[in-house]
Amino acid sequence: MAIVFKRPESLTDAKFHYCPGCTHGIIHRLVAECLDEMNIREKAVGICPVGCSVLAYEYFNCDMLEAAHGRAPAIATAIKRLKPECYLFTYQGDGDLASIGMGEIVHASVRGEKISVFFINNTLYGMTGGQMAPTTLLGQVATTCPYGRKVENEGYPVKMAELLAGNEGSAYISRVAINSPANVVKAKRAIKKAFETQAKGLGFSMVEILSTCPTNWGLNPVDAMKWMEDNMIPYYPLGEFKVKEEE
Amino acid sequence: MNKVLMKGNEALAEGAILAGCWGFFGYPITPSSEIAEYMARKLPKIGGIFVQAESELAAINMVYGGASTGERVMTASSGPGLSLKQEGISFIAEAELPCLIVNVSRGGPGLGGIQPSQGDYFQATRGGGHGDYHTMVLAPASTQEMMDFAILGYDLADRYRIPVIIMAEGTLGNLMEPVIVRDEVTSFTEKPWAISGCQGRKPNIINTLHMTADVLEERNRHLFNKYKEIEMNEKRAETFMVEDADIVVVAFGLLARVIKRSVIDARKNGVKAGLIRPITLWPFPDEHIKAVTETCKVLLSMEISMGQMIQDIRLAAEGRVPVEFYGRIGFLPNPEELTRGIIDVAERKGL
Repeated sequence: MAIVFKRPESLTDAKFHYCPGCTHGIIHRLVAECLDEMNIREKAVGICPVGCSVLAYEYFNCDMLEAAHGRAPAIATAIKRLKPECYLFTYQGDGDLASIGMGEIVHASVRGEKISVFFINNTLYGMTGGQMAPTTLLGQVATTCPYGRKVENEGYPVKMAELLAGNEGSAYISRVAINSPANVVKAKRAIKKAFETQAKGLGFSMVEILSTCPTNWGLNPVDAMKWMEDNMIPYYPLGEFKVKEEE
Repeated sequence: MNKVLMKGNEALAEGAILAGCWGFFGYPITPSSEIAEYMARKLPKIGGIFVQAESELAAINMVYGGASTGERVMTASSGPGLSLKQEGISFIAEAELPCLIVNVSRGGPGLGGIQPSQGDYFQATRGGGHGDYHTMVLAPASTQEMMDFAILGYDLADRYRIPVIIMAEGTLGNLMEPVIVRDEVTSFTEKPWAISGCQGRKPNIINTLHMTADVLEERNRHLFNKYKEIEMNEKRAETFMVEDADIVVVAFGLLARVIKRSVIDARKNGVKAGLIRPITLWPFPDEHIKAVTETCKVLLSMEISMGQMIQDIRLAAEGRVPVEFYGRIGFLPNPEELTRGIIDVAERKGL
């Protein structure tokens, strides 16, 4: 009997600890499928963040390192420079990447580090219990903006893809969403393109992935997807923001 | 024998290269910047990696990543920079990654000044960052030792899988002296734990997260068993004229070298002085101190700080003899002043 669907080799057998309806599981699988299809699992080194995906080193079946909050791009920089034959990816949430790690991500992009960043934007700090992130939408309630995010107090939500696309060192920057089968397919295409950008040595690559957090949003998984479509995608438009071609 | 006139910072950088340093990740700060500049000139020429990081935080995390590949890597900084690096040093200590961290130290607290200091003694010897851990700390006293301790530091770091800090006063970093250039290190420790792609083996994981209490306690016990082994094997100190000394000065770094002259001068003035120079600040050479308490009448801690190492000296002396203190801030006192300091204590104690 032909096998038509199986767990990617780049994932371990460990059970995900993620909440029901959380999209981390889908995104892990997409990254793993790309590692498999490009046959680079044995050359891959993944850097996990602090946040919900802190345990990703138990799920990816390749060399992994668990970073301090926000520092993954600095760590990946050194590993890639010292071991250029490796494929480096960081897996970071929005508190990690866009708040405490803003310095590291911007400068990894400025330097054009040949690493691939998968940035999970779910508009808040998930693991610590739903605090406001730089990506929290205006009016959105979080535990540290209990009356809703206001411009006067917290400023505007940061658009990381647009911000990093402005750097010359960025070779591939895109934003995708995990809200429909069609968009999941597009997300996988983007993840693969990020790895391909690294393979070609073109520079820094990042895929911002709009994700759900049913638990901290207080919504069921289906309504969470709808909330993402109604609120996130209008503010965080999908698409490619930077595609550097081979010279 | 190849003898070359070198600055302390350059001698240290060259020593690291001779020891096989393949990656330098740093951020400029006085009085350590010559190390980064030397590495920026030299490393790319031999195929190594130099990255000027955007911050001290990024620099130490590059060291975290770099060391995890098994290559010999390092960073260098000074006081305020070391404070920022403490987050990363805590991670590196727990992940048990060998690396070299240099503190060409200046005065604090705060921005302090750029003059020499030993005020980072507590930070270096007590771990410095969050959690229970130690780093090994070496205190050179000459340009030659700046080179030699870089080589020794990598050896110790690899042997015990521990970050090694070299702490030198700013003056030593900028002091020019003739240095015997050592041979290149050619044999290296195997590092089967390193991450560089899992071809032909199971994936390796570098991690410092332990969610359950029993695993975390086990990890801490593991680290402290290692620290016990280091304390058994690696305490180092130089002793100078302590055999018949009534007053034994304890001092480290370049200051200790100046005090050698003061010990001789104090003896010319009828005060039988001696010197213990801790070379490893952690593990602290307490047995050397304990040994002299059998024969001396007073210990005198001399430091370029308000008194930090004196606590370790008191712990080592266990109340057998009184421990006095002489400290200055922001500069290296001259031998005459230090001689006077020794004689004053001797007179006060009726020696």
